[in-house]
Amino acid sequence: MNEGSSALALVLSGDPALYAIVRLSLVVSLSAVGLAALVGLPLGGLIALTRFPGRAGVIVLLNAFMGLPPVVVGLAVFLLLSRSGPLGSWGLLFTPTAMVIAQAVLITPIIAALTRQTVEDYWSDYRDELNAMGVGPLQRLMTLLYDARIALVTVLLAGFGRAAAEVGAVMIVGGNINGFTRVMTTAIALETSKGDLPLAMGLGLILIAIVFAINASAWALRFYAERRIG
Amino acid sequence: MSDLPITLSNVSYRVGETSILRDVNLVVRTGGPTFVVGPNGSGKSTFLRLAMGLIEPTTGTIDWAGSRDPAPRRRAMVFQQPVMLRRSVMGNLLYALEQAGVEKSLRHRHCEELLQKVGLSDLADRPARRLSGGERQKLAFARALARSPEVLILDEPTASLDPSATFALERLIAQAASEGIKILMASHDLGQVRRLAGDVVFLHRGQILESAPVQDFLAQPRTAQASAFLRGDLIMED
Amino acid sequence: MRLLFSALTIACLTFGAQAQDKTITIASTTSTQDSGLFNHLLPAFKTKTGIDVKVIAQGTGQALDTARRGDADVVFVHAKSAEEKFLAEGFGVKRFDVMYNDFVLIGPAADPAAIKGSKDIVASLKAVQAKAAPFVSRGDKSGTHVAELALWKDAGLDPAAAKADWYREIGQGMGAALNTSKAMGAYVLSDRATWISFKGKDGLIIAVEGDTKLFNQYGVILVNSAKHPHVKAALGQAFVDYVISAEGQKVIADYKIEGQQLFFPNAGK
Repeated sequence: MNEGSSALALVLSGDPALYAIVRLSLVVSLSAVGLAALVGLPLGGLIALTRFPGRAGVIVLLNAFMGLPPVVVGLAVFLLLSRSGPLGSWGLLFTPTAMVIAQAVLITPIIAALTRQTVEDYWSDYRDELNAMGVGPLQRLMTLLYDARIALVTVLLAGFGRAAAEVGAVMIVGGNINGFTRVMTTAIALETSKGDLPLAMGLGLILIAIVFAINASAWALRFYAERRIG
Repeated sequence: MSDLPITLSNVSYRVGETSILRDVNLVVRTGGPTFVVGPNGSGKSTFLRLAMGLIEPTTGTIDWAGSRDPAPRRRAMVFQQPVMLRRSVMGNLLYALEQAGVEKSLRHRHCEELLQKVGLSDLADRPARRLSGGERQKLAFARALARSPEVLILDEPTASLDPSATFALERLIAQAASEGIKILMASHDLGQVRRLAGDVVFLHRGQILESAPVQDFLAQPRTAQASAFLRGDLIMED
Repeated sequence: MRLLFSALTIACLTFGAQAQDKTITIASTTSTQDSGLFNHLLPAFKTKTGIDVKVIAQGTGQALDTARRGDADVVFVHAKSAEEKFLAEGFGVKRFDVMYNDFVLIGPAADPAAIKGSKDIVASLKAVQAKAAPFVSRGDKSGTHVAELALWKDAGLDPAAAKADWYREIGQGMGAALNTSKAMGAYVLSDRATWISFKGKDGLIIAVEGDTKLFNQYGVILVNSAKHPHVKAALGQAFVDYVISAEGQKVIADYKIEGQQLFFPNAGK
């Protein structure tokens, strides 16, 4: 297949434009995961460990938001950040920062909901021991988050995978600007529509490779944890 | 600051419709090891968890040296299936020391001493969740001792251990008792009761039927249920 | 965890730095972007003025809406009536002609409407309707779409309103429209520039060209800072001045694909 071999050649040649797009994709999605982790890990942990009225409803909502369609998130963030919108004065629309924000909004529910489940499971296991040691509420959260670290890294990897693969949110809030907000997914969409299939396929190959790498890491992590930590 | 005596007054514990403990009145004082015995389902675990302050009675009161505050001050507990934190043996112990309020600079030294005492020094860096059953109980014991407890509550700690591990743990318990720590322990191994107990509390279907020094209980049980229990019979009616 | 925080910090520093550079945002059309003109024009502009240009490529309608919301500093589109409405609403300062190219009617090699080689677009559209040959429309309020609708009107036809099933509105850009036509064996109106630079032409041919009705005029407008005070008026004006200057016009004329000039500068004519 002619296009396939030129795709491979493009990837292997280290074409700077291609790799600039890959670099931006990674920076945007990793930053989004960082932000989402900052909010989602403690939030999930807190919901897991505290009783409050409406808790069951909050959990249902959180789980439901895991399935937020990326385009809808993109639209919502777009309306917020547009110059005519409430946060317009920040001038963030059509910048990578807007893309990070949109992806962070997209994956925070995933991280929070999965953290909530994990911490709740761990707590039911650890409850008696930690109470017998007189562990206070804040310490309890830190202890459980630390002890669940392998499971939580897997959760973060899942969030990263979701962010790196989506195209709707970053297209709307980023504008797919050449050299500035063009990431792998939006570039693939554009190049396919322009008929430039080798470039689209080259990016596709890299994107698939990244997704495989994420899943392999998650699996390897679980395996390592079983063997080393038990 | 003390947790003794532990006074249970008219304590009942119900879960939904089921009554697990009824009209329990007991004072746990300084002295020899107090053993709580009885058939399965008699409420021993619940009793110990109430005494530890992990759960609240449905009716009645529990106080520790006169205080109703259930936060554990000078007491520690060892469970039948202890939960190991996902860290090394040393990591677990350092954590227990930290939670017990031991100053940072002293933790390592205490840790080494405790590991030495329970015989786990060689396994300090082993992931705690990969210990054998006997080793886990030793670590749980060390974690409990890290709190410099006045009272040590143990819930059938040797129930799943083989004889040599049981022996090792019993030695640690006896040693703790001789150092002045009050032992409050559940067991359904009568040999163990004979070896370690100072006095015995006999529980049957959630009520204390007898409470006596161990020799008296073993030689002259006052109730039919206690006699049946000592004979090794299954007691099925009230 | 540390890796994530480092990435976040680097991201913030990189993105924060952008605010300090001289940059403007231009709302333009996908067909202009897809033609590759900007890759040729913008570096020359940057060399002369040191200004970076970020291009948001959408349909003309969307591009003008983006400017109405204040999310762009300059618009560069090709739908004169829509542009004049934009000015009338007070969102633009002044409109200048910049360049023109022409539209061509692309069709399947099999040519079901038998119009290949015609120089009469109106007659050809009537033939398409008569034969119910598949026809793809941009359907996205773009300059191309607006031009296409004007041509149907000239022919006295309105397949959109009739919801004719041979008339397919896709609501996407020129590249996507060409791909769709190829897949469906349909006719589609395209600007010549996008057609020339489109990769993957096999199966498609130019069916109709050369009719003066297929003339496609581009205009540039600075967004009015009276409506949106944050608009970079001075930098945006520099862009407007450049593209209508002799130097900018020459750069536009020099842009060729496969030896063919795509755009014909006509500022001030």
